Amino acid sequence: MADDVRSLSDQLARDPASLVFLELAETLRARGQLDAATKVVMAGLSRHPQSAAAHDLHARVLADRADLPGAERAWQATLEIDGRHLGAHKGLGFLCFKKGDVEGALDHLELALSIDPTDVAVVQALKNVRGTSDLPMLAPDDPEPEIPESARPTPREGTPAPVSSIPGAAPVPTPSGAGRTTQEVFIGLEGADRGLLLVDARGRVLGGAIRGTDGQDVSEETAAHLAGVAQEAVRATRVLGLGGWSWIVAEGPGGNLFLSPPTPETTLLVVRDRSVPSGRLAVLAEKAREVAARWIEEAGQL
Amino acid sequence: MSIPYRRLLDQITKIRGVRGAMFVAGEDGIVVAEAVVEGIKANAVAALAGSLARRVRRAADSAGVGMPEFVQLQAEAGTVCAVPAPAGMLVVAIAETEVNVGFLRLAMRKAAELTS
Repeated sequence: MADDVRSLSDQLARDPASLVFLELAETLRARGQLDAATKVVMAGLSRHPQSAAAHDLHARVLADRADLPGAERAWQATLEIDGRHLGAHKGLGFLCFKKGDVEGALDHLELALSIDPTDVAVVQALKNVRGTSDLPMLAPDDPEPEIPESARPTPREGTPAPVSSIPGAAPVPTPSGAGRTTQEVFIGLEGADRGLLLVDARGRVLGGAIRGTDGQDVSEETAAHLAGVAQEAVRATRVLGLGGWSWIVAEGPGGNLFLSPPTPETTLLVVRDRSVPSGRLAVLAEKAREVAARWIEEAGQL
Repeated sequence: MSIPYRRLLDQITKIRGVRGAMFVAGEDGIVVAEAVVEGIKANAVAALAGSLARRVRRAADSAGVGMPEFVQLQAEAGTVCAVPAPAGMLVVAIAETEVNVGFLRLAMRKAAELTS
């Protein structure tokens, strides 16, 4: 590690205008040498004031120093340069959460998920903020946790996560629609807990669940992608003069999926294995669409 | 346009209700070869179908369905279908809503296979 610092310092001395300061400052930060990391990143920023990566790194150094207002300013500066900077949205989501600003945290984390739907830390953070996990909220660049069996959340319909498990957070508000939970949307329909998913226009899960081939819940990742599909469908049909989109069917080696918009702001996904042909899938989807549309109307959520 | 591509696309466009068919470079949505009726903007269809197929592929992959072998977008006034072809290409067709999708899918898959 010391060799790394020496080597990077030498490189930076040879070429002070290079971006190697990012790696050097990150290495120093990882070693806990926060004063040195601050000096390096500030010097780098003076040469590269438009570097979003430098502002993001500066924010993380400040967060390590517990200067949270400073970190917030630095991440805001990052977003002014790159409005879709993953690290900045994760960081600001974390800070909002620490302050008890659940809505703000959701906004940033959902944007982060739309930027990288495969980021497990963001998915975990979203579950925490929404009160669907008992795991503690991670700092933006903490390593992903090993989840012991005993700590895995168990389904507790309608019961918010205990506040004590979410440091600094206010209780998660219950969705509007008295007594309703997202699990209730598709009750009574086959596959409600594994092959039906209702999402909003921003890629948030409203109800149902999708399970991957290994049985893992992949609802959050899938929802993030679905929002993009629906936006693209709207754009394609508008540009091509085809009117509104009715549905999308996709047939894959692992099954068939059927997408439709129960309302203009929501998208419904039905997934079944290949034994259910796409024609039959359309019938199932229509039934689920009616249920979802009625639920949305009654809950008044959107 | 090369003759082989043209012949393959003709097998698709001869289906009643099909208004155009094309080979599209899947990643960037650029038309490789096309056969469309007047009024259809092949470039727009290619770009939009390519983008849509890419997004559907990600969603399908996330949901455990895997790489889609056939994608159909149904709209009020028409339908757009896409089938992956070798070398990262897509076979894309735009048709009227009443088109026989069964025939269309077979023709598109055959065209995709024959390009290899």
